[in-house]
Amino acid sequence: MDVKVTELVIFTVLFVFVSVLGFVASRWRRPDSMEHLDEWGLGGRNFGGWITWFLLGGDLYTAYTFVAVPALMFGAGALGFYALPYTVVLYPIVLLPLVRLWSVSHVNGFVTPADFVRARFGSSTLALLVAITGILATMPYIALQLVGIEAVLKAMGVEGKWPITIAFLILAIYTYNSGLRAPALIAFVKDSLIYLTVIVAIIVIPAKLGGWDAIFSAAGAKFSAPAAQAAGSGVLLNANNQLNYVTLALGSALALFLYPHSLTGVLAARSRDTVKRNMAALPAYSFVLGLLALLGLMAIAAKIVPVGADPAAGVAGDRNTVVPLLFDWAFPDWFTGVAHAAVGIGALVPAAVMSIAAANLFTRNIWTEYVHRDAGPVEEARVSKIVSLVVKFVAVVLVLGLDTQYSIDLQLIGGVVILQTLPAVALGVFTRWFHKWALVAGWAAGMAFGFWMLWTVPNPATKHAHFGGSAFKLSELGFDTKWTIYAGFLAVGLNLLVAVAGTWILRAAHVADGEDTTKPADYTAEAGDPGVREIPELVGDGKSST
Amino acid sequence: MSTTEETPSPSEQPPARSDRNHWYWLLLVPIVVPLLPMLYNGSDPTLWGIPRFYWLQLLFVVLSVGVTLVVYRQTRGR
Repeated sequence: MDVKVTELVIFTVLFVFVSVLGFVASRWRRPDSMEHLDEWGLGGRNFGGWITWFLLGGDLYTAYTFVAVPALMFGAGALGFYALPYTVVLYPIVLLPLVRLWSVSHVNGFVTPADFVRARFGSSTLALLVAITGILATMPYIALQLVGIEAVLKAMGVEGKWPITIAFLILAIYTYNSGLRAPALIAFVKDSLIYLTVIVAIIVIPAKLGGWDAIFSAAGAKFSAPAAQAAGSGVLLNANNQLNYVTLALGSALALFLYPHSLTGVLAARSRDTVKRNMAALPAYSFVLGLLALLGLMAIAAKIVPVGADPAAGVAGDRNTVVPLLFDWAFPDWFTGVAHAAVGIGALVPAAVMSIAAANLFTRNIWTEYVHRDAGPVEEARVSKIVSLVVKFVAVVLVLGLDTQYSIDLQLIGGVVILQTLPAVALGVFTRWFHKWALVAGWAAGMAFGFWMLWTVPNPATKHAHFGGSAFKLSELGFDTKWTIYAGFLAVGLNLLVAVAGTWILRAAHVADGEDTTKPADYTAEAGDPGVREIPELVGDGKSST
Repeated sequence: MSTTEETPSPSEQPPARSDRNHWYWLLLVPIVVPLLPMLYNGSDPTLWGIPRFYWLQLLFVVLSVGVTLVVYRQTRGR
């Protein structure tokens, strides 16, 4: 494929622009010193409504979402639309848990979900499990951001791994330099570009294709092929995948704010009210996500052929290139460059926040806990900065070393894995009824069951026998049905059962439980309350704050 | 964190807040409705050629924003 020069130039100019912005960000709302974990890792914990909206939106709706969801629609139709109900139910579900978590974290100086679990259940073992789970689940997520950049580069005719490596090196250096301020500032550019692209796309493309009627009848024609029918594809859901659609939406919603990077964005907010207000304002992004998903169906009508595909030989090719190629088909070169930049820059914001979150987990819950107990905030900031580099390096190696398809499977495992922290983190915000060892047992049971279920799912596209998707066949458990269900949903169900049963047994046996060092009033505290101390004062005494 | 200074004098006591508020129950509506496929898993009626499956689920975004805003306003500062 030829290199598309105009597109590439526009893309590069915008990419360089945000990189400069990333470096300048360290001077934005400048603190006296960046040598404090609250400054580097949480942007000073002082972001107001608008910045939080852009940061959280830029952080949660990743380039991978923008590329992979339409790709799924392109391949499977209605099932890919689960991403919409997922982000619709998300905010009503997390509103209360998040404001309570913000309050208790603000009062006690928590930086990570594991910090909270350690204080709530008095268990460093449980905190370590939560920290490791978070890091493991985040790593492939970062790698997938690279896949997003790779997809636009491929669509512009740029092959090879060097361009992505350079892009990530730049990202690594300015994240090291500016911390959370970099993605927060870049998020403004990212989202402006995304909104612009989506609005133009949703007007221009259907008009070029002859209206929505034409788009849906083209999709219907494609999905009526016997092979597509057998795979459960269609413009609507069939009888067997409705349960999967619903559990996938609900399970993904429950998982999203358990990811450490989502919490990083929340904890950086200035006040409890900022967080709450954002839960009502963030769904604006969901609307954009829904419209973007429809691009997958438009690509069918526009007869887009993914890079590397050979329809005659039955080779699917890289479906992630569908959206970039559709832009190329529909727009003049210069605007295609802008649209590609939107996706590329869209990968940088989440990747930066994710690496910061993973680094904070390592620093607070592994380094300070097990390696150097006397690490003060200055040392914490230094360790976090270095770990953020290591995390990104591992992500690059993951993508360079493994098949892209394989890293998508890893992300799928990530979702099932992170869900296993739900009882300790999300329910822990409301109750500390659970016994700490019962939570550990539940985590282990959920993990084992989750991995077993994922192992049973074959991938017809790549002919892998295992880890080919998250739709678990209920018939594997002996039920006489063709229904499928989201594996993570069942796994967390078992986790909860074990945690509840375990708590009863351990209480009956009078096994010693941990001590809760948080107080009920902590969970409703608001910034500026009398008696609620300022964070820098809390952690600034040179000692670890937990 | 030191635990010695944890009892602030009465004047420093944070205002009594509670997350128990019946308005929060309203949040169940935008959680449950989008998870009922029988509502939207069909083509008719179409809107500008878009099957119900797609336009109705997009409309749920508006439902979610509306309900969440109402709950936010009603529970603000409590």
